[in-house]
Amino acid sequence: MLKKNKASEQLLKYGSTIKRILEYIGNYRWWVLLSLVLAAVTVASTLYAPILTGDAVDRIIAPGNVDFAQIGRILRRMGIVIAITCVSQWLMNHINNRITYQVVKDIRTKAFGHLEILPLRYVDSHPSGDVISRIISDIDQFSEGLLMGFTQLFTGIITILGTIGFMFAINPVIAVVVVCVTPLSLLAAGYIARKTYAMFQKQSETRGELTSLVDEMLGNLKVVQAFGHEREAQERFDEINERLGVYSLRATFFSSVTNPATRFVNSLVYASVGIVGALAAVRGLLSVGQLSVFLSYANQYTKPFNEISGVVTELQNALASAARVFELIDEEPLLPDAADAVDLGKADGSVAMDHVYFSYTRENPLIEDFNLDVKPGQRIALVGPTGCGKSTVINLLMRFYDVDSGAVRVDGNDIRNVTRRSLRANYGMVLQETWLKSGTIRENIAYGRPDAAEDEVIRAAKAAHAHSFIRRMPDGYDTVISEDGGNLSQGQKQLLCIARVMLCLPPMLILDEATSSIDTRTEIRVQEAFARMMEGRTSFIVAHRLSTIREADRILVMRDGHIVEQGRHEELLARGGFYAQLYRSQFAPTAGS
Amino acid sequence: MRKLLKYLKAYKRESVLAPLFKMLEACFELLVPLVMARIIDVGIKGQDTSGILGMGGILVLLGAVGLACSLTAQYFSARAASGFGTAVRSDLFRHINSLSYREIDTVGTSTLITRMTSDINQVQSGVNLVLRLFLRSPFIVFGAMVMAFTVNIRAAMLFVVTIPLLSVVVFGVLLISMPLYKKVQKQLDRVLLTTRENLLGARVVRAFNRQNDEMEKFDGENDLLVRSQIFVGKISALMNPVTYLIVNGATIALVWTGAWQVDSGILTQGEVVALVNYMSQILVELVKLANLIITISKSLACANRISAVFDMEGSIRETDPKGSVTRGGESPEIPKVQFSHLHFAYAGAKEEALSDIDFAAMSGQTIGIIGGTGSGKSTLINLIPRFYDATKGAVFIDGKDVREYPLAQLRGMIGVVPQKAVLFEGTLRENMLWGKSDATDGEIEKALETAQALQFVKEKEQGLELPIEQGGKNLSGGQRQRLTIARALVRRPGILILDDSASALDFATDAALRRAIHEDTGGMTVFLVSQRASAVKSADRILVLDDGQMVGFGTHNELFDTCPVYREICLSQLSEKEVRAYA
Repeated sequence: MLKKNKASEQLLKYGSTIKRILEYIGNYRWWVLLSLVLAAVTVASTLYAPILTGDAVDRIIAPGNVDFAQIGRILRRMGIVIAITCVSQWLMNHINNRITYQVVKDIRTKAFGHLEILPLRYVDSHPSGDVISRIISDIDQFSEGLLMGFTQLFTGIITILGTIGFMFAINPVIAVVVVCVTPLSLLAAGYIARKTYAMFQKQSETRGELTSLVDEMLGNLKVVQAFGHEREAQERFDEINERLGVYSLRATFFSSVTNPATRFVNSLVYASVGIVGALAAVRGLLSVGQLSVFLSYANQYTKPFNEISGVVTELQNALASAARVFELIDEEPLLPDAADAVDLGKADGSVAMDHVYFSYTRENPLIEDFNLDVKPGQRIALVGPTGCGKSTVINLLMRFYDVDSGAVRVDGNDIRNVTRRSLRANYGMVLQETWLKSGTIRENIAYGRPDAAEDEVIRAAKAAHAHSFIRRMPDGYDTVISEDGGNLSQGQKQLLCIARVMLCLPPMLILDEATSSIDTRTEIRVQEAFARMMEGRTSFIVAHRLSTIREADRILVMRDGHIVEQGRHEELLARGGFYAQLYRSQFAPTAGS
Repeated sequence: MRKLLKYLKAYKRESVLAPLFKMLEACFELLVPLVMARIIDVGIKGQDTSGILGMGGILVLLGAVGLACSLTAQYFSARAASGFGTAVRSDLFRHINSLSYREIDTVGTSTLITRMTSDINQVQSGVNLVLRLFLRSPFIVFGAMVMAFTVNIRAAMLFVVTIPLLSVVVFGVLLISMPLYKKVQKQLDRVLLTTRENLLGARVVRAFNRQNDEMEKFDGENDLLVRSQIFVGKISALMNPVTYLIVNGATIALVWTGAWQVDSGILTQGEVVALVNYMSQILVELVKLANLIITISKSLACANRISAVFDMEGSIRETDPKGSVTRGGESPEIPKVQFSHLHFAYAGAKEEALSDIDFAAMSGQTIGIIGGTGSGKSTLINLIPRFYDATKGAVFIDGKDVREYPLAQLRGMIGVVPQKAVLFEGTLRENMLWGKSDATDGEIEKALETAQALQFVKEKEQGLELPIEQGGKNLSGGQRQRLTIARALVRRPGILILDDSASALDFATDAALRRAIHEDTGGMTVFLVSQRASAVKSADRILVLDDGQMVGFGTHNELFDTCPVYREICLSQLSEKEVRAYA
């Protein structure tokens, strides 16, 4: 009962997925119709050609008994049929390609577009690899299945039906023979496939075991060598490898039995058609030409069966993939800006948080009753152990996440009543993960203002102390940065991120100091660039450096989502509370030996 | 590829028999149309029912014998292929293990893993396919032509024209479309890149309000992808119709020629049918051959990549791998470890990673090494166990050049705690035995104690049997780090190298650890790499690296006064008062 429920659930899911795929395909319905017509034409003319050949053969009987006039006429007709087949087949293939790729493009664009309006909550909580694989490989898998479905499933079915029809029209008895014997090959193939499956299972299990060992040992080859562990590793490897050898022999052999077996069944079909056909011919029930038609049908008839069974698995995969893509597209998007949301304009930089409550998951309350009042131009340092909620505060300020209750205000406006665009345009943000896009250095600096003039870009770079290293790059500002800035050092990336904000110079800043240390010289430059940027701007700094903390107008000491203390460095030290404790463990030298 | 062929030698018999039986099968298949022709010409024409049944029996027999041959062939080729794969895998693993850090850096471990797994699998199935099919398809194509010749020379000439024509079309379409498919793949990669970038940079994209531009960019890339897909599709779509045209055109010509030949009594009706059958066999086999060639070219590419790994030689040469060298004197005057005007450059790098490093560490000393990222700290310590060889100058241990020691002996004297705390799947004990394969539980526990790990191990019920998941995922970063330290201590090495290995420890544990190492390992010479001034401050000597140059060597106090780089580092992390207070 339970099983049945599950199966019907599955079916329901398939059903809804198919329905949605059809909706996407529906935009191209005339093309689909044309493709179907062409498929029918192709199959019909393909099946007609052997009949014409048979007709011609029937007119070649013996020396002196050859009807050249008729043969000529038949062959001319055959020429025309062949030409029609070729043209319609090519057109059909081309149209199928078009439909498939267009549909796939539509879905992919939709999925990507959805990515841009999904809440960050989704992006943060789903591994990026998973989302990427939905948009890339799942859609790819889907397109393959769709294309195969179009080209092979439909033509395959028509071919089978057509062949049966033609055969019955010529001679029902032989037709029955063919129709009865061919399923044998399917049965044989199915039987072998089931048997083989177990072998393959074993093979892939062992292969997995081996891969995991290789992954571990080669991935940490340096450690293996440092401890002279090579011999032991080799022994373990060889043991698994030997087992794999045995399983892979079995799997390879049994899987390669399918082909000869089906071929054997085919030759049985061929032989029975030959015998039954010849006996019929002897009694004058069948002409030699018709016998040759049957022989060629017998050869072709089984092919679509084998193809269709392949297509069905492919289609199942495609459906599963499509379902995963639709799942992404169905994710609830962000609430759009309120209809009466105002443009914030250029804010003066006062920020307030009013009894803010927030948590990522209901079970773990994080920020509770958070209050903060920042005057324009103030410098706020956020300090606390990892996981205390520092970056959450940033998420709330930028409205990457909405508060659960309470309000965040900029210039006295609840940020939920302000357009997201205008709110974010008022912040300059430099995060610890220095994200750069692939493109030239100029494009990256001008990311916030793509229309910035050349000298503005250079001025921003100079202010960020990035100009000198950019000039030394092979193509200066036109140097192409590979994905995620692979060809730059961590410090250089950070300087570029600073330059990017320098170009916009919004009234408020959010800075996240790097924890991983960059080399001392660059580090000092980054610090200077930060300092210059902060002049006269409201700044929030997730601080790791003592100097930053010391110079802050106010330090917010956070612990478990609460502000446990706030004030200036000296005040807090004097108080001897959590901050003092934190300070001693993070910044004070050790008391060791 | 030639290099890999030697692995097939052990399967010479199989490699010959497999194609042979496959060809036998093909022979039987080629006979079928001739038998059919006899059924028509003799059986039907002569009204010979028993003859027809006899011929039919022969057809079934041909099929059965064909099946037997082909199963034999499949078995032999599967044996050869899986044996080949197993042997290559084992040797490649051994070979990769013998590579030194220099080669590992150039190739990258992920590449090596791919070679080891999917590349070998691909080659193995390539071998299997070649043994089974590579001879069969051409054999049937040419066999069909030869059979046509035995039937009638005039008609056979049609085959001579058709086969090259078909080949040109089949291979031409493949040749043209293959690079185009590669282009499609590249474009797909660009689409992937854009997607990835937008996911990882979601915050920045939104902070700068660039969502619409990113969508436009994606549309552009996506559009290009679809266009190139449709273009290559158009070309591959040509294959079927054109080959169909050629084969059926040839059939028309065949029937017409046949008609004339039959009329003049040279051919029989059944033979015309046989010729038509041969013609249709050709196409099927050519298409199979074309697909086979794609697979083979892929396998060849993989084989070449594997050969390239085999061609790589470990750059570290042992003078006498088996022997053992009497260590130099262990008198207190001879430095335990000495760097003598050492220079080092990574493979392919223009600039030296280390230049003119010259210092000595005496027995029992702790040497702190400090400097920014990329200043050469890790490189320097990797030269001690000879993971790399110096480009100029030398490292001495106990007064002897490290290159004179057999590697096993040299590395046995040193305990290394790498930056990345890596543990391996297995029990805790198995992991500890990496350090010393015959260590007793007492020795292990002692090492755990020194590494400040004994307590948390004891808290877990399984003790030394504690199962450890791959990469040590079931432990916290700090626990992992302490265990890697213990692993190095188990062998009680004369030299202990800690490569920034305490970064995940909290302050108190870190201090306790350093104290314990200092107390428990009396005579051990310790190299302690760190980015934190506080961690190296109390070392006997501190080596300051900046951009590969040794800019200072001395105690904290000396360096703070005389070495500007050290001073800068200290001041960026501590206030002057604090520096002084603890100095």
